[in-house]
This record gives sequence, structure tokens and C-alpha cells, in this order.
Amino acid sequence: MTNQPLSSSNPRVDLEYRRRKNAEEMRYQVISFTLMIFLTFVAFGVVAIKGFTAWFVVPFILLLACVQVVFQLFYFMHMSHKGHEAPSMFLFTGVFLAMIMVWAFMTIIWW
Amino acid sequence: MSTYAQKKGFGATIWDYLTTVDHKKIAILYLMAGGLFFIMGGLEAVFIRIQLAVPNNDFVSAGAFNEIITMHGTTMIFLAAMPLLFAFMNAVMPLQIGARDVAFPFVNALGFWLFFFGGIFLNLSWFLGGAPDAGWTSYASLAVHSKGHGIDFYVLGLQISGLGTLIGGINFLVTIINMRAPGMTYMRMPLFTWTTFVASAMILFAFPPLTVGLTLMMFDRLFGANFFEVAMGGNTIIWEHLFWIFGHPEVYILILPAFGIFSEIFSTFSRKRLFGYSSMVFATVLIGFLGFMVWAHHMFTTGLGPVANAIFAVATMAIGVPTGIKIFNWLFTMWGGSVKFTTPMYYAFAFIPSFVMGGVTGVMVATAAADYQYHDTYFVVAHFHYVIVGGVVLALLAGTHYWWPKMFGTMLNETLGKITFWLFFIGFHLTFFIQHFLGLWGMPRRVFTYLPGQGLNAGNLISSIGAAFMSVAVLILLFNIIMTQVKNVKVGNDPWEDGRTLEWSIPSPPPFYNFKQLPLVRGLDAYWLEKMAGKKGLTPAEPIGDIHMPNSSFIPFMISLGLFIAAFGAMYHVDDKPWALPVLIIGLVITFGSMLVRSVKDDHGFHIHKEELVQEEKGAKA
Amino acid sequence: MQAEEKLTYETWPASPERSTLEAKNKFLGFWLFLGGETVLFASLFATYLALKDKVPDSSHHLAKDIFELPLTLTATMLLLTSSLTSVYAMYHMKNFAFKKMMVWLSITVLLGLGFLGLEIYEFNHYVHEFHHTFTSSAFASAFYSLVGFHGAHVTFGLGWILALMFRNYKRGLNLYNAPKFYVASLYWHFIDVVWVFIFTVVYLMGMVG
Repeated sequence: MTNQPLSSSNPRVDLEYRRRKNAEEMRYQVISFTLMIFLTFVAFGVVAIKGFTAWFVVPFILLLACVQVVFQLFYFMHMSHKGHEAPSMFLFTGVFLAMIMVWAFMTIIWW
Repeated sequence: MSTYAQKKGFGATIWDYLTTVDHKKIAILYLMAGGLFFIMGGLEAVFIRIQLAVPNNDFVSAGAFNEIITMHGTTMIFLAAMPLLFAFMNAVMPLQIGARDVAFPFVNALGFWLFFFGGIFLNLSWFLGGAPDAGWTSYASLAVHSKGHGIDFYVLGLQISGLGTLIGGINFLVTIINMRAPGMTYMRMPLFTWTTFVASAMILFAFPPLTVGLTLMMFDRLFGANFFEVAMGGNTIIWEHLFWIFGHPEVYILILPAFGIFSEIFSTFSRKRLFGYSSMVFATVLIGFLGFMVWAHHMFTTGLGPVANAIFAVATMAIGVPTGIKIFNWLFTMWGGSVKFTTPMYYAFAFIPSFVMGGVTGVMVATAAADYQYHDTYFVVAHFHYVIVGGVVLALLAGTHYWWPKMFGTMLNETLGKITFWLFFIGFHLTFFIQHFLGLWGMPRRVFTYLPGQGLNAGNLISSIGAAFMSVAVLILLFNIIMTQVKNVKVGNDPWEDGRTLEWSIPSPPPFYNFKQLPLVRGLDAYWLEKMAGKKGLTPAEPIGDIHMPNSSFIPFMISLGLFIAAFGAMYHVDDKPWALPVLIIGLVITFGSMLVRSVKDDHGFHIHKEELVQEEKGAKA
Repeated sequence: MQAEEKLTYETWPASPERSTLEAKNKFLGFWLFLGGETVLFASLFATYLALKDKVPDSSHHLAKDIFELPLTLTATMLLLTSSLTSVYAMYHMKNFAFKKMMVWLSITVLLGLGFLGLEIYEFNHYVHEFHHTFTSSAFASAFYSLVGFHGAHVTFGLGWILALMFRNYKRGLNLYNAPKFYVASLYWHFIDVVWVFIFTVVYLMGMVG
């Protein structure tokens, strides 16, 4: 049982602590969800209001998407928790390769 | 567990292997299937060399020649080299890290059966209207318009076997990260384990682009999509990128484990710690990383533009640096060591100059400007055979001799082994060295014949004679294997007497639970350390206790069989065959049904009880 | 700790998804798989971007002609909310509240089905309204492949979660199935991550032109 970080002598206290910790985390989850919804509306809004130039809109909505995905990964998928070193290393390697690939396909496939 | 020791009938043995989830048995399956495909790919090579031995030859037709070269390349890379490396990874890596099994024994078996059925599917094309004929790279401009079902066999067969490789890679990664024995830190892992780790990580990231490329090709050919149909807005260059984003890392997926095998052999038979262990690890990881940054050097002549060409050329040459580090470390490992010339060591010795020659021509073709001259000539053929045969195949042959006793408990004959080596080594250089010059003299690759009086006759004849040498070498190896298994002289834990890593501390072949007690690892070359300290084996890290083992399962076979059946349905669907759609559906139902059965049926495995282990120990001593 | 052991609220571990070796392996293996999936979807995105608006002639519709914001926004809201509901399910899993977990999973499945229904309606709409079919142009092939691959992931995810729910309906939580639920929820979040990029790169950037 290596994943039992909480070991006070009184199991009742332990359980209570854990329950509260989970509840607190759930509160953060709801906050990040609210933010994600907000970011989504901003992204859709920027596109719906046809006033902005594409040079602003495209980088802006891509940035919003990235922020939103960071919320997903670190809060919804618990990547901020301990024990996610190997997962984050491999996931970010994947993300890095993904960026290189998209970049290549957008620049050197032109004919 | 008294049953496993009993002698079994033939049928029971077959059933045992069909349902096994034991990594050592899966290794044997990989070795047999990979060996079979290696011989088929070898036969195809022999046909190529017979056809090209003399000018204007008509041993095979031009169309058949295209099929043969395509199948030779595809078979050797996907169905021979990779599975044979997987055989050693399966057989040795869990033992080297002191694990009782891999992380996902079921997935391990599934990976093998997917590879096997994919390979069989691809090779059935010979009997069902012709093999794929667009080269092993299957460039879309050719492949999309290839008549018949050849390319469909390629696309579907590789898709199925590629899935197997992908899940195999994930399995090895998790095994190495989670299941190392107490004390086995990352920087104490044997080099073969390290290279398995990096190669598996590369598999994880390199195979998805291939999956997508093959899917797009399948959509184009079978379902009317337009990815590569220029008239409809498509672009064939996309295939080239997807293929090489997979294809170039694939080269390193093959060569890194080969480096690992040689690292083990050099230090074992020099009876010395591997020189520069940490720089070896660093170089392995760096090669793995750079391997993803260079794919477009296969496409210099497609017109990427000077900037892209320059970037990819420089990145490619950069890989020479970590590779050079490795070469020097091997040399310094032998330097001052007490070198013992066994068959594996012969191969390791021969590997260094052979592979360096492939590396040097690699830097030559990496020079984008010069590559316009070399591109699509025999120079390139010579280059990649020097790295693949001079690196990977020599490693596979060396590994076969080196680990045979661990896998089967018998020792291959050393004299025959050395004869095999000399014939293969001479044949290899005879075949491919001259091809550099054939290329520089202007012989294009993939041509089915050439005219007399162009100065290509002598070179091609020499090349074909070399191929004969290699064929004889392989036949002698087969003879050696059969003789050894017939004689069946059993050997002990450490038959080479110089074993350094954990696999040599347990019986050959190991019991199905590998380690009765997990070993305590106290440093690099754990077994050697204990031997030098005057001990017979490793200190256990735990008392004897119950061992948890996974159950055998027939489901991996069924999942793979379903995809195999579905592939026929998908393929003949374009011919408006009425049975095609039902076959596709039946196949998918078998696959997904088997997966459902797997997830609905709980499988907790079983325990070997402490008493049985103690009993066994007493029995062995008596 | 045995995987099949009956546990109570008191004995339930803090991280049930990682408390046995099998569970740890499953957890890590699935994360690695998601790393591979990232590259898989990157290949599809890259192909889509290379083939965006590549059509044989001017009679074909381009991205800016066919996409509609309200439909995409609705689909996005459904999927984003389903991501939150599956977080709720895992919250109750960690608190050993099996019934509540099942309720939240059911809501997740319903939202997922809603998303899938919208996608089917959308594809159908494009085919009939704009003759934008899988075979009509390279752009269309790339669009349907990327979005369709995501849709296939949603379908598989729904099947997976449903299979887990039916299988464990009568048995409650234990350390054998807790990691399975957890991993399925990771998969569901990953589907949402991909969708964030699809609505941004395909739909919103498509509208911008």
C-alpha cells in the first residue's frame, strides 16, 4: 500500500480529512468547469462578432483552447496530483510531436 | 502447480501455446513466426538477386519483380526484424529487471496474435490475385492506382500487425516503469532493457501516424475518399510525410535494441563493465528523440524547399554524434578487457566496421545537395542494407546464439555458429559493398533488369554470388538449431560463465514464475557483482511467499482472428461481392464480442502457494 | 491487498485507482496510450489542415459556407458538461458511494448520446444540404475522417462505460473494477480534450476563413 499518504493514528480523523479534501477538490473542479464554459463562450463570441481580423481571432481562440485543455488535463484528469510524472512526460512528448507534425504539414505541404 | 511439469501430448502443447500469456512462451512464438517470415523475405531476396544476376534476365516478369521487392522490404521490416527483436525483448527484458511477468500478459499475447494474423493476411496476397507492388513505402501516387487487391492486402495486413506492435510497446514501457525488482533503479538497468524502453517509447509515438496513413489509404482505395486523389483536391505528399514520420523512427526502433544486444555481448565477453554506461544511456535517449526530427530527409527530392531541406539535413547529421559516442564506448569496453571469442562476440566484432560504413554513407545521403545524385539509386540500397543487415540482422543472429541457452536450455554448436558467421559476413559485404558503386555508376533502384554493355554486369553478378553465401549461412544456422534441439543437452544457469545480468542468475529455461523470490539488486551488472563477491546467486528481497500469476486465455487469438476475417470483408466489399459485407460484420462481431467477453468475465489469475514452491526446492535438491 | 476483496467505506483506500499493482499498470498503460492517441489525432488534424478547402472546382462548398455556430456550440456544451459529470462520478467513486457514481455515469452517458445524435444530424445535414459527402472532395474526406474519428471514439467510450455499468451493477465497487471506471473516465476526458481542438480548429477557424 504505497498510496496511503494519510496515516494518523485515528482512522476516523483520516476519513474525515479525506472526505473534506475530496469535497474541496470537487469545488475546484466546478470552478474550472465554469472557467472552461466561459472560455468557450468567449471563443464562440469572438467568431460570432464578425468585427475582428483573422490575424487576431485565430491565435486568440487557439490560446483559449490551450488554456481550456490545461484545465482538463490538470484538474479533470488529475494530472496535478502526485504520481503523474511518467504520464505527463509521455503526454507532453506526444503533444510536442503533435505540434511539430501540424507545423510541418502547414508549412511544407504546399503544392 | 504440479501439472505444468508433466509431459504433454502434441495437441496439448499446441493449445498451451495458443492460449499462453507467459512472456517466455510468447517470445518463442515471436521467434518462430519472425523466423518463418525472415526465411520468406530471404527467399524473396534470393529471387531478386537471381533476376538481377545477368542482364536482360527473364527469371521473373517485371510485374512479379515489383511484387517481390515490395514484399521483401515489407516482410523484412514489419514481419521479421520487429518480431525477432520483440522475441528477445519478451524473453529477456522481464528477466533483466527481475520481474515475474510483463505488466499486461494478456495484451502481450494479443500483440503477438495481431502481428501473426496481419502477417499471414499480407502473405496470402500471393495466392489471392497478386501481392502489393508499390514498394515497401507504398507511395500514394503509385499505390492508389495499383490494380487488383495487392495494396489492400498491404494496408489491412499492416494495420492489423501494427496494432499488435503498438500495444506491445505500451506493455514493455509499463513493465519497465512499474515492475523493476527492489534496487533496480533506472541507472542500473542493463543496456538491452534501456534500449527496449526507448524503442518502445518510439513505437508508442511512431505507429499512430502509420495507423492514420494506412487508414487514409484504405479510405481512398476501399471507400472512395480523396485524400490522395489530386483531381479531387487531394495531395499524395501527405502519405509520404505520414509514412516517414513513422518510417524514420522505425529505423531507430530496429537499431536501438540491436545496439542493446551488442552492448550486452561486448561487456559479457570482454568480461568488463560496459565503458561509459551513463553516456550510453544518454546517447540512446538522444537518438530516440532526434529520430523523430529527421523524417523529411527521405523526401529531399520532392521539393520541400531549401530551408526545410537544410534543417532536416543538419538534424540528420546530428544523429551521427550520439551514434559515434556508442561506437567509441564499445571499442573502449573491449580495450583492456579479457576478450573471449565466442560466436556472439564474432558478430559483435564484425558489427562495428559494418555499421560504421552504413553510418558514413548515411551522412553522405543526409547531405541534401548530394542526395539529388544518390536518390533512388543502388547507393541508397547499399546504405540501408549496411545499417539494417550490418546492424540489426547481425544483432539478431548474435542474440540468437547468445540467448538461445536462456530461452531453450540448450547451447547452439559454436563451430557451426562460427561457420555461419563467416559465410554470412563475407556474403553480406560481397552483396552490398559493390552496390554502392552500382549506384554511383547510375543503376536506379527497383528496376527489374538492365541492358548489357552499361558496365553493370560484373557488379550485379558479384552481388548475387554474395546473396548465395548468406543463404547458405542461414541454412547452416537452421541445421545447427535442429541438431541442437535433437541432441537436447541441457545447460545450467550461466552457460557462458560470464553472465553479468539477472537473467543468468536463474535456471535455463527459467521456471514459469521466473523468480521464486524477487532479487535484491545492488548495482549495475547485478549478477556479476554477486559473483565477484563470492556468492552463488542474488540476495532475495523477500521471503518465499505466494506468487500471483495470470490465467491463460484463448481470447487474444479470437480478437485477432476476428480482425483477420473482417479484413477480407472490407477488401472484397469494393468488388460488390454479396458475401463481403456479412463477412466484415461477422469479423467485427467476433473481435468486439471477444473484447466484451474479456471485460465482462473477471479474471483474477491464480496463486502458486508457498508450500508448493518449498516442495519444489526440496525436490530439486534431492 | 486483494483486488476482489469486499471493502467498506472505512477500508476503501485514498487512491483506489492505483492501490494494486494491476491497477497501477492499468493506470500508467492507459496514460501512455493517451500519449499515442495525441499523435494519432495530430496526424488527422495535420491532414485536415493540409487539405482544408481543397476541392475540385468552385461548385463545392468551403468550410466557411457550411459550418453553423449554434449547432457546434450546443454540441460543445453537451460534451463539456459530460466531462464534468464524469468528474462527479469519480468523486463519488473515491468516496465509495457506488449508487451516486452510477447516477452520474448515467448522466454522462445521456449527454454523450445527445452529442452523438447532434453529430449524426449535422453530418446528415451537410450531405443533403450541401452535397458535402465523404467522397465529394479531399476537403470533405479529411473533415469527415477527423470529426468521424472523434465520433467513433465517443461511440466506443459510451459502449465502454455502459458495459462497465451493466457488469458491475450488482457488485458494487471493489479494487478490481475501480481502476476500470477511473480509466474509462480518463478516456472520456481525453475525448473532450480532442473536441476542444476540433471546435476551435475545424469549426471556429473554419468560420473565420
